[in-house]
Amino acid sequence: MSILDSKIPEGPLADKWTKHKNTINLVNPANKRNIDVIVVGTGLAGGSAAATLAELGYNVKTFCYSDSPRRAHSIAAQGGINAAKNYQGDGDSDYRLFYDTVKGGDYRSREANVYRLAEVSANIIDQCVAQGVPFAREYGGLLDNRSFGGVLVSRTFYAKGQTGQQLLLGAYSAMNRQINRGKIQAFNRHEMLDLVKIDGKARGIIARNLVTGEIERHSAHAVVLASGGYGNVFFLSTNAMGSNVMAAWRAHRRGAFFANPCYTQIHPTCIPVSGDHQSKLTLMSESLRNDGRIWVPKRIEDSEAIRAGKLKPTQLAEEERDYYLERRYPAFGNLVPRDVASRAAKERCDAGFGVNKTGEAVYLDFASAIQRYGKEKALTSGMHNPTADQIRELGEKVIEDKYGNLFQMYEKIVDENPYKTPMMIYPAVHYTMGGLWVDYNLQTTVPGCYAAGEANFSDHGANRLGASALMQGLADGYFVLPYTIGDYLSKDIRTGKIPTDTPEFDQAEKEVKDRIDKLMSGTGEHSVDYYHKKLGKIMWNKCGMSRNEKHLKEAIVEIAELREDFWKNVKVPGTTDSMNPELEKAGRVADFLELGELFAKDALNRNESCGGHFREESVEQEGEQKGEALRDDKNFKYVSAWEYKGEPKDAQLHKEDLVFENIELKTRSYK
Amino acid sequence: MGGLIKSSIARKVAMALSGLFLVFFLLQHFTINFTSLFSADIFNELSHFMGTNPLVQFALQPVLIFGVVFHFVMGFVLEIKNRNARAVKYASYNGGANSSWMSRNMVYSGLVILAFLGLHFYDFWVPEIVHKYIEFAPEDPTRYYPELLHKFESPVRTGLYILSFVFLALHLWHGFASSFQSVGFNNKYSVAATKFAKVFAIGVPLGFVIVAIVLHLTH
Amino acid sequence: MNLTLKIWRQEDAKSPGKIVDYQVKGIEGDMSFLEMLDVLNEQLITKGDEPVVFDHDCREGICGACSLQINGEPHGPDRLVTTCQLHMRKFNDGDTIYIEPFRAKAFPVVKDLMVDRSSFDRIQQAGGYVSVNTSGNTIDANAIPINKDDADASFEAATCIGCGACVAACKNASAMLFTSAKVSQFALLPQGQVEATDRVLAMVNQMDEEGFGNCTNTGACEIECPKGISLENIARMNREYLKASMKG
Repeated sequence: MSILDSKIPEGPLADKWTKHKNTINLVNPANKRNIDVIVVGTGLAGGSAAATLAELGYNVKTFCYSDSPRRAHSIAAQGGINAAKNYQGDGDSDYRLFYDTVKGGDYRSREANVYRLAEVSANIIDQCVAQGVPFAREYGGLLDNRSFGGVLVSRTFYAKGQTGQQLLLGAYSAMNRQINRGKIQAFNRHEMLDLVKIDGKARGIIARNLVTGEIERHSAHAVVLASGGYGNVFFLSTNAMGSNVMAAWRAHRRGAFFANPCYTQIHPTCIPVSGDHQSKLTLMSESLRNDGRIWVPKRIEDSEAIRAGKLKPTQLAEEERDYYLERRYPAFGNLVPRDVASRAAKERCDAGFGVNKTGEAVYLDFASAIQRYGKEKALTSGMHNPTADQIRELGEKVIEDKYGNLFQMYEKIVDENPYKTPMMIYPAVHYTMGGLWVDYNLQTTVPGCYAAGEANFSDHGANRLGASALMQGLADGYFVLPYTIGDYLSKDIRTGKIPTDTPEFDQAEKEVKDRIDKLMSGTGEHSVDYYHKKLGKIMWNKCGMSRNEKHLKEAIVEIAELREDFWKNVKVPGTTDSMNPELEKAGRVADFLELGELFAKDALNRNESCGGHFREESVEQEGEQKGEALRDDKNFKYVSAWEYKGEPKDAQLHKEDLVFENIELKTRSYK
Repeated sequence: MGGLIKSSIARKVAMALSGLFLVFFLLQHFTINFTSLFSADIFNELSHFMGTNPLVQFALQPVLIFGVVFHFVMGFVLEIKNRNARAVKYASYNGGANSSWMSRNMVYSGLVILAFLGLHFYDFWVPEIVHKYIEFAPEDPTRYYPELLHKFESPVRTGLYILSFVFLALHLWHGFASSFQSVGFNNKYSVAATKFAKVFAIGVPLGFVIVAIVLHLTH
Repeated sequence: MNLTLKIWRQEDAKSPGKIVDYQVKGIEGDMSFLEMLDVLNEQLITKGDEPVVFDHDCREGICGACSLQINGEPHGPDRLVTTCQLHMRKFNDGDTIYIEPFRAKAFPVVKDLMVDRSSFDRIQQAGGYVSVNTSGNTIDANAIPINKDDADASFEAATCIGCGACVAACKNASAMLFTSAKVSQFALLPQGQVEATDRVLAMVNQMDEEGFGNCTNTGACEIECPKGISLENIARMNREYLKASMKG
């Protein structure tokens, strides 16, 4: 029997959440006033949790490293948010959303959590509309929907290409209301550097004021971590520059298990790397694959000529192009799920067919769509003999209406006109499904320490579907955590304020200060970025889209060596008692250097291919699916939860077996 | 009004309304001046009416003076506050990249207009008041036109007059159209209203200048 | 390309600052402006100097963290982009580039090019929300149809990223475009009507208290806004404010 207790309520799937809410303990309103909660991170999960907790009556303190909660990286989400509203009447339901999410996650998520997510999803939309979030509407004044990859219904609500921004501003406005009421104290430009435990329970944090450098103690009856994902362990990702794993990793070191670190989503449509100076990658919305066709040249000589600048893609005739997704996956074509599309691009580029100067790019071509739309438009506007130019012009107009802002962004970055020449894209790290292990109540293995949003592991299994991250963040924050945390806090109504002048806080603060001093004492000549880039290279080459035992073992050794070098030699200029971004980065990279090793260890342990995790040793050997990912339910139908034991290599694995009672395990096929 | 006028928007609206009032006055003034080009009699008659009608003299005239004083006092108050809103200046500031010279220099065009108003008061209004209310000189309904001609004899004075109206045009070019935005007028008629304001901003000062040149050259 | 950078350096809010000259070499056109500064900082760190501090985060033009007055314009000479999306191909070899913080009394310098824009947060805390409980126990999202044009206009206003370029560009350091975008977003939706009077009065009052200048309709904010927020919002806020003043 595992020591992990997921605390899934008894009863039929559809009744679990209602029943659970009816039976858990509550804190009465008068007592809530005496209870403090710390929320670390103010994105969709943290911002919405803070607002609701404050509204319920708890005293909330929020922490974020940015100058305002509104800048959390949830803001960058483009596409949309799923909800089982069935406004389109196309047969959507809670069950269908649940089913799609579990299947999309390649059967590596917990049924009960995912069902609850589907159940509260409709509420999110009601809530956001009531807050004044300006979702896209139809001419009749009702909400519009669009469809996303991997599903058969239209359930995605959106606000042009800025859905994350609008939802975050909604959560932030709810926070503002509570700040105005004095129920939330916002500590901006603050970073959590450690979790403080008293008698085994999470009772506070040590934070650094990033402006003054002051180390501060903050106590609370419970701590919520909503600090996002760890994609920046790859250095280059679509995450914000500051996105980091520190809060989660500090909690891990204090006893919170880290689940499935190797589950990473590599998004297929990002703007390719242009050179060594690159600091981050920019996503181009998945929606582009609805109209764009992905290809590379059929002949390797043509790819070489293109890379050398001697040939233009538009000079290649139709039969000289390899539309490899359409070739390999005739049923889904260019709309295969993200993990499949990403691996296929890598396969072509590794084989030498890449098309930009780095050899790591494929084409996303809109020429066919422009022709198709152009002809259609010419017909509907009564033009009988349109010229090729007219068709092209009309078609470009349609494409502009649909994707204008993305095309403009592409042109600004790449300096090529994507209407005239195909876009170049390449996969990039986008989202991490793994995170702190939590039970049904979103509590980690440290009592009183909760994790919400991308920071936890619970809902997306081994692969996340488009438009589900926003849904999960807000579901956790608005509708799940504020209730489940009450069950825990109900035992704290007589505890009184937690003092910060205790030995536990003294000890934690001392450790934090020692760590900072150690970071400042490096004697080498290399900057933090130097180490971060090196780590990123190891991760990308050996723990990236395609993994094997040899590479993963090498990665474990190389990361450990790099970490040792880092601690001895990293050069951090400036002082500890002032604004010092290099010091901030150093602390974050130090944790990435530990997480990276655990990541590789987890990937090595999981000798199966599932979702975003692809092991070259585990592929279908024959039949129609030959060469495709092979999941191994017999041996790996579990959550890997790692317990900290000093060095990452010593981490101890705990398994939470996944039970599927309401869904049949199938092989994902997109052929 | 005391409380209301403290807020930035109320002040902005007050600037706009006083400005609009002055624009209206300007149009009226221009109409009378313009008659001088073709009929000394009409000019005399209108001037005499304005100069002696008690409603104009004791109701409109004080309101006008208040409007002028309010507009420039408030203009200075705002200018000082606005300068204070950026204590440290930019070493490199490229205002021309995003806004018109007129819009950024309203205080300077305003100052030139104010200086002109001083001269204008000294020239016309002070002698007028002295004539009517201090010396109690006998009323002569035909004196206005010759007085007007007399003022435009000197080429220097006429030149200064023209220069002032160039600045008035610059001031109006931004100010008139901008007042619509300030009072919240922004709808499908805005484009037309703005066009009208721009035509007015050039046309009316140009009209004054034409009157000055014609009178200077022909007499 | 090789460039001369004239960068504002300032230790903290209380210390005086000054422009310091730096040389950078080997800058490529494909680099973003911030990546060019990364190159400079790498140089400085290697020499043992303190790197230049500037705000940045998402580097894809949406978080609103990056700022910088570049050659006298917020976010530099390109239009509809933030500094993180401004690319070095907009500059020429041998150029001298002035890089200063966004300047306003209400945006005090934190360090070097980083400023404190919490005044924006306080304006929103004064009333930039709809007072609805976050319990989800509300009416169905489709219960109130909203005219598409209004919903779209509300969205356009809501795309403001709160970067402060409007204040930086304005010769008066006025925050009218920012505040009006926030007011407009709610003024255009039925959900925002209930608290409309109090909202606009409270937000404008807070804006004034923060020490921003007055709007003189120069239009610089609209031109420099990386999201193209329209001046119409300012007119709308003026209307809303007048209406609210009459009422209460």
